[in-house]
Amino acid sequence: MSDNRSTTGKGIKASWMKAKPAKPGEIYGVPGQGESLKISVVVIFGLIFVWWLVTYAGYIKPLFLPSPMGVIDAFLVILRDGFTGASFWEHTWVSTLRVFSAFLLACIVGIPLGIAMGMSPIARGIFDPPIEFYRPIPPLAYLPLMIIWFGIDELSKVLLIFLSVLAPMALGARAGVKSAAIEQIHAAYSFGATRWQVIRLVVLPSAMPEIFTAMRVGIGFGWTTLVAAEMVAATSGLGYTVLSASRFLQTPIVIMGIVVIAAIAYAFDHLVRFVERRVVPWKGRG
Amino acid sequence: MTALAIKNASVYYPVPGKQPVHALQSINLEIHEKDFVVALGASGCGKSTLLNLIAGFMAPSEGEISLNGEVVTGPGADRSVVFQKHALLPWLNVLDNVAFGLKIQGHGKVKREGIAREFIKLLGLEQFEQSATYELSGGMQQRVGIARALTSDPAILLMDEPLGALDALTRERAQELILKVWRDTGKMVFFITHSVEEALFMGTKLIVMSPRPGRISHVFDLPFSQRYFETGNARAIKASSEFIELREKILQIIFADEAGAHDE
Repeated sequence: MSDNRSTTGKGIKASWMKAKPAKPGEIYGVPGQGESLKISVVVIFGLIFVWWLVTYAGYIKPLFLPSPMGVIDAFLVILRDGFTGASFWEHTWVSTLRVFSAFLLACIVGIPLGIAMGMSPIARGIFDPPIEFYRPIPPLAYLPLMIIWFGIDELSKVLLIFLSVLAPMALGARAGVKSAAIEQIHAAYSFGATRWQVIRLVVLPSAMPEIFTAMRVGIGFGWTTLVAAEMVAATSGLGYTVLSASRFLQTPIVIMGIVVIAAIAYAFDHLVRFVERRVVPWKGRG
Repeated sequence: MTALAIKNASVYYPVPGKQPVHALQSINLEIHEKDFVVALGASGCGKSTLLNLIAGFMAPSEGEISLNGEVVTGPGADRSVVFQKHALLPWLNVLDNVAFGLKIQGHGKVKREGIAREFIKLLGLEQFEQSATYELSGGMQQRVGIARALTSDPAILLMDEPLGALDALTRERAQELILKVWRDTGKMVFFITHSVEEALFMGTKLIVMSPRPGRISHVFDLPFSQRYFETGNARAIKASSEFIELREKILQIIFADEAGAHDE
């Protein structure tokens, strides 16, 4: 039998077992080192090609999976005629407004809340149980309560999304409090800083990288909850579009809605990353 | 006369289910105007605990610390600390880092930048005013820390192994720079180090500490920093036979402490 770790031989197994050579300008052995963009581009186009192939060849009926062109057609039709009495841009605008107003509200409430929980055992004692209690519950489960309590207008929709974003924001800010080194805090105190000054001038800036990460996670939860929020008495919105299209088995519109939501979320994630690079260029180097 | 006085200070750390750890036992120490006191000792001898007591980050279990007759009850601007590392704020440039203490004390932008520039100049950082701190070398970062500590015009500078993370060459240069800053500003200094050579070269007074319980076991008065100001030749002083003899003597004390600790 041949040795597993032999450095010669052919085939996939042998190439996995083989020790890699060192490359100029690279530190040897750093996990995950190297460029991945090209691979991603190839995979995306590969998936679209497979999608086109299976629908074109008729392996899958359009009801289950319409062709890429079918989805683009649906998009163009809705762009021209709108959907259930509202234009495409109106649907997009309404949903974006819901998600972002809930996100903004969650930032305004969640960041101070998390900082308070990180700084004070009293605040942690008060807010930890309720947050940890509702956090793992799917928004769909408490949706009926939101409707009973807050009606079927915008308020209950925005609140539902707000709640789903609030928990990751608060937990991220709370974890971020720990990022400040005790030396930085001591330095501030030895200049006579008040507790409030330490929070504002040391703890909050140190927590910014964690808060940005929490924003990215949080907005993701927001989009996830959008469809649930628009299940109730909505007459417009991307989530509503997807839901009502699915009731009439208009699969191309369902897929179009999904792609539009994903595209907006992806674009916003890149915007946050861009802002992050500007605001905390020192991340990981402090 | 300005002076820091530590009277009979002891520190016990509670350990659940065990005897409390006796970190410091009956420390008596006075630091007078223009003293440069260096604390030296094996790991766990309580050097940093002693610095934390003076800084006000920790209260003694027994005894008291006073500065100019006023009992220390917490951190304050009359006792500035220079930390070994991690103490600069990476979201501020060098100028704003140095001015940070003045900002906390509520001084306006013009005034605090004026004072900060004075100490930036004293520490030779003029070219780096606008630099990000994480782009500076370790030695430069420490200069920023020292400049920042000086801005609040403290009575005493507390330095917790400020040069411990520097390479040997940078470290020797930084020693000379700190001595000059000390001479020019006339501050009292309490300086912790692991390096016997550094301790001998820099201090006017050396306290050697022993572990378990942490205590001051030996005190030496030192002439070498004064000699450095007279001759300007640090290497010659560190190579002199008097320096080497004392260095070996102190090393023996510390090794004996270490061996004693391992025998327990």
